[in-house]
Amino acid sequence: MDWMEGNDAAVVALVLGGEQDAYRVLVERHSRAVFRLAYRMMGNEHDAEEVVQETFLKAYRSLKKFEERSAFSTWLYRITSNCALDLIRKRQRHDDKRAPQPPEESEVVAQIATGDPGPDRLALSGELGKQIYAAMRELSPMERAAFVLRHHQGHSIAEIGRLLSLEPSATKNSIFRAVQKLRRALEPLASPAR
Amino acid sequence: MRDDMSHLTEEDLIAYHYAFGENRAAAEAHLAECAACRANFEVLQRTLTAAGSAPLPERGDAYGAEVWRRLQPQLAARPGRWLGLRWGAWIAPRPMVLAGALAVLLVAAFFAGRFTRPVETPVAPLTSAATSAQVRDRILLVAVGDHLERSQMVLVELVNAKPGAALDISAEQQRAGDLVAASRLYRQTAERVGETGVASVLDELERVLVEIANSPSKVSSPQLAELRKRIESRGILFKIRMVGTEVREREKTAQPLTGARKTS
Repeated sequence: MDWMEGNDAAVVALVLGGEQDAYRVLVERHSRAVFRLAYRMMGNEHDAEEVVQETFLKAYRSLKKFEERSAFSTWLYRITSNCALDLIRKRQRHDDKRAPQPPEESEVVAQIATGDPGPDRLALSGELGKQIYAAMRELSPMERAAFVLRHHQGHSIAEIGRLLSLEPSATKNSIFRAVQKLRRALEPLASPAR
Repeated sequence: MRDDMSHLTEEDLIAYHYAFGENRAAAEAHLAECAACRANFEVLQRTLTAAGSAPLPERGDAYGAEVWRRLQPQLAARPGRWLGLRWGAWIAPRPMVLAGALAVLLVAAFFAGRFTRPVETPVAPLTSAATSAQVRDRILLVAVGDHLERSQMVLVELVNAKPGAALDISAEQQRAGDLVAASRLYRQTAERVGETGVASVLDELERVLVEIANSPSKVSSPQLAELRKRIESRGILFKIRMVGTEVREREKTAQPLTGARKTS
């Protein structure tokens, strides 16, 4: 069977039927999206990679719980979000020696990874990146998660609430608080020059 | 939501922007007529656009395969017991499973203070037989020592590389990529048992290896200089040498293992 031709649910069925290697299809298909979500929630590559790894491990171990009425990607992002939140909480509990890297480090890695920095882009992203990094750090884990899931992932309030185990009103409040904090921090950059 | 005479609140604007407000039509009508709220909304939109424009590291088409390569050995170990204390089951021809097992012993040995305070008595919780404890320690020390040496070689080669117009580091990249998963397993195990010192060094090593593995295969002179600077600024080479020396010293004091292959 050509696993690449099947949809996610069919691949899940194959894995549950004992074809462990079929899981590779799901990993290869969703890794980049999971990484992007993890990076946005964690703010650095190192922790994002850990979240990616843990996400696919947990998904594999919980595969029997996957219900076909939801998209596999949605289910996977829920696990990603939970893994990221777990790691954030763990970092906080342990007085985090491995806090998100300073922006200079992350950006250098990002620039090296893309391989095409360009002086203007580097300067712009450097300054902007610092501001955004500082602003994001002001958000609580729940606020950051809610914001990322709404702003970047485009999830509905109901979906975010399910992902984060929040009531709709609490979900909205998390987004409100996140945006208000970001606005206070970033508005000087966004306001027209006076 | 306010009546027509009041301005929209910040929450109204956020809800409107993200399309979850209950009175979207009313907000839209108000924005059409109120210049102050419209200006406020535009600032909000620009702010959110800025917030969403943070640099994001890209992952290439091969990333999924790389994740799978790191993941697969762990999947094989997971259906039963994950890093459970079943030594016999670990001695299988699966390098990453063995690495995980060795990591447990490494951390346990560090935890017991055996690297800095050599003792002759085996650590009781690890085994009931002194001989098997020696065998395990010996395997462990050789494996960890080799891992650190391999990592050190990659870093040293990059640090000592001669700057040029463009340098091909694809070989170092490949080797770094191969070492990442092992380092991660060691580090995660160290964290699980609360051995933060060991975990810290392995963590730093893992970060550097990931950066190298994700670098472009050909780096410019400034990129190489930056990479080198980052390796040197962390003092990771010194830390690896320090831990590696401890491991090798412990190896010398351990009982020779009959038939064991000593790699260097």
